[in-house]
Amino acid sequence: MQFWIIQTLNSLAMGGLLFLLSAGFSLIFGLMRIPNLAHGGLFMLGAYVGATLLGQSLPFWLAAIVAGALVGALGVILEGTLLRRMAGNEQGQVLITLGISFIIADLCLLSWGGDPVPLAAPRGLRPPVFLAGFAFPGYRLAVLGFALAAALGLWMLLERTRLGAMIRAGVDDREMARSVGIRVSRLFSAVFFLGAFLAGLGGVIGGPILSAYPGLDADMLPLALVVVILGGVGSLPGALVGSFLVGIIYNFGTALFPDFAYVILFLPMVVMLVVKPTGLFGRAMR
Amino acid sequence: MAIDALVISEIDSFYGDSHVLHRVCVTLREGEILALLGRNGAGKTTTLSTTMGWLKPRHGSIAVFGEQIGGLAPENIVQKGVALVPQGRRIFPSLSVRENLAVAEIKRKGGNRPWTMERVFDTFPRLRERKSQTAGSLSGGEQQMLAIGRALMSNPRVLLMDEPSEGLAPQIVAEVGRIIASLREEGLSILLVEQNLELAMTLANDVVILNTGRVAASGKASDIAADQEVLDRNLGVF
Ligand SMILES: Nc1ncnc2c1ncn2[C@@H]1O[C@H](COP(=O)(O)OP(=O)(O)OP(=O)(O)O)[C@@H](O)[C@H]1O
Ligand SMILES: [Mg+2]
Repeated sequence: MQFWIIQTLNSLAMGGLLFLLSAGFSLIFGLMRIPNLAHGGLFMLGAYVGATLLGQSLPFWLAAIVAGALVGALGVILEGTLLRRMAGNEQGQVLITLGISFIIADLCLLSWGGDPVPLAAPRGLRPPVFLAGFAFPGYRLAVLGFALAAALGLWMLLERTRLGAMIRAGVDDREMARSVGIRVSRLFSAVFFLGAFLAGLGGVIGGPILSAYPGLDADMLPLALVVVILGGVGSLPGALVGSFLVGIIYNFGTALFPDFAYVILFLPMVVMLVVKPTGLFGRAMR
Repeated sequence: MAIDALVISEIDSFYGDSHVLHRVCVTLREGEILALLGRNGAGKTTTLSTTMGWLKPRHGSIAVFGEQIGGLAPENIVQKGVALVPQGRRIFPSLSVRENLAVAEIKRKGGNRPWTMERVFDTFPRLRERKSQTAGSLSGGEQQMLAIGRALMSNPRVLLMDEPSEGLAPQIVAEVGRIIASLREEGLSILLVEQNLELAMTLANDVVILNTGRVAASGKASDIAADQEVLDRNLGVF
């Protein structure tokens, strides 16, 4: 019984982390029509910067926000300089994001070395929480709660504000959005900031579970890709449901069938591509 | 002499290497409707796409009330007072009816009766009933009205309409026709692409006929409508 409860909670906490990673990845993909291959790198950079900030004895959540904001600022700069130069050339833009991911990985290796850098969870959340006679890891519960709060905030932003409606219009039909006067290139900056911020934030929040290590970027990026294929490009509900699906499949898959971990994760993705290529919540874009 | 609303002058447009428009000229006078006709693939949509800035003309010029817009980006062209009701409607399916209108709003100084969301709802009461519904769930006729309302929200001076009657039931076609006529009464200048010859000829002041990307005929609607030979040669099925 304890096994199932712990695995479920691990799945949900991982789903929450994946949501922070893939919500922005999906929005960028939906609006700019490119997979941002640097997204895993932004997550890893957030984790390292968070570790350094925690070393300066910043409170955990403040460190997470500051690291997120720094990574977000880097995202805006990269979009406004490198990607904008390649406007209209989507293949070129994808290659640039790949190049950026290599540069981030090398700079992290140079700055923080090859050994994993641990991040300590906030002190108050370290002891387990006892509920109905079972022990729950407190920090994982907090990650889940934080991710759900972030999902609610993002949902309000996208569904209840004019900026959100403009972003969704751009995802639906970019050419038409421009023709009604929406300055889509400004939305690119906004979405890149948001996506990079969430990725950096996610890196810090994931730190106590995953820690920061070389290769974290390459471990996370494929998961974001699977989330978006399952949930649908550009869809926030899709990113949320896809994240929890991947969290559940990955945790139970590796625990129950350790030899087939990869198959278990990528098989649903392949099935989705065959059965409903737009994903659970996505729709065809123009 | 009054300045014309839209002057498309000798434009060439390409999709990649494929040369689609050859020295196309269209002059739309202020407060009039000009019907742009031609068979499937003649280049009607391409002419509108080039005017809206989706394609850059490789030759020629486009002017709105004397101001050059050729080569500008769509988001700047709409600021100059040009709005498009595209072929296939292309409303934003995941936005509500209200959001479709709100994101397209451009307020302008002057003008006696500006278009607002309320005014669009007064013109199309069906849209008010469905204002909170997602646009993708509307019927074809309702989507067409939303596409027209969305274009009007930018308070344009020149309206480009690409086959607004396509795929609609006859009574809705008639309603769309009445609305187009009433927009002209207000002084809007309209470039209308239509396959429905009867509708086009009743509404239009002037007509331009395209054939394989070239202007094949142009003149007063009454003259062109009376010239069966020109109609057969350029619009008839072989
Ligand atoms: N995106 C595109 N890429 C390449 N060629 C295109 C594209 N769109 C249209 N064409 C070609 O350009 C030519 C003109 O097409 P256009 O859409 O302007 O015709 P149209 O007069 O609007 O026809 P219809 O009545 O069918 O809407 C056609 O030969 C068409 O095949
Ligand atoms: Mg057409």
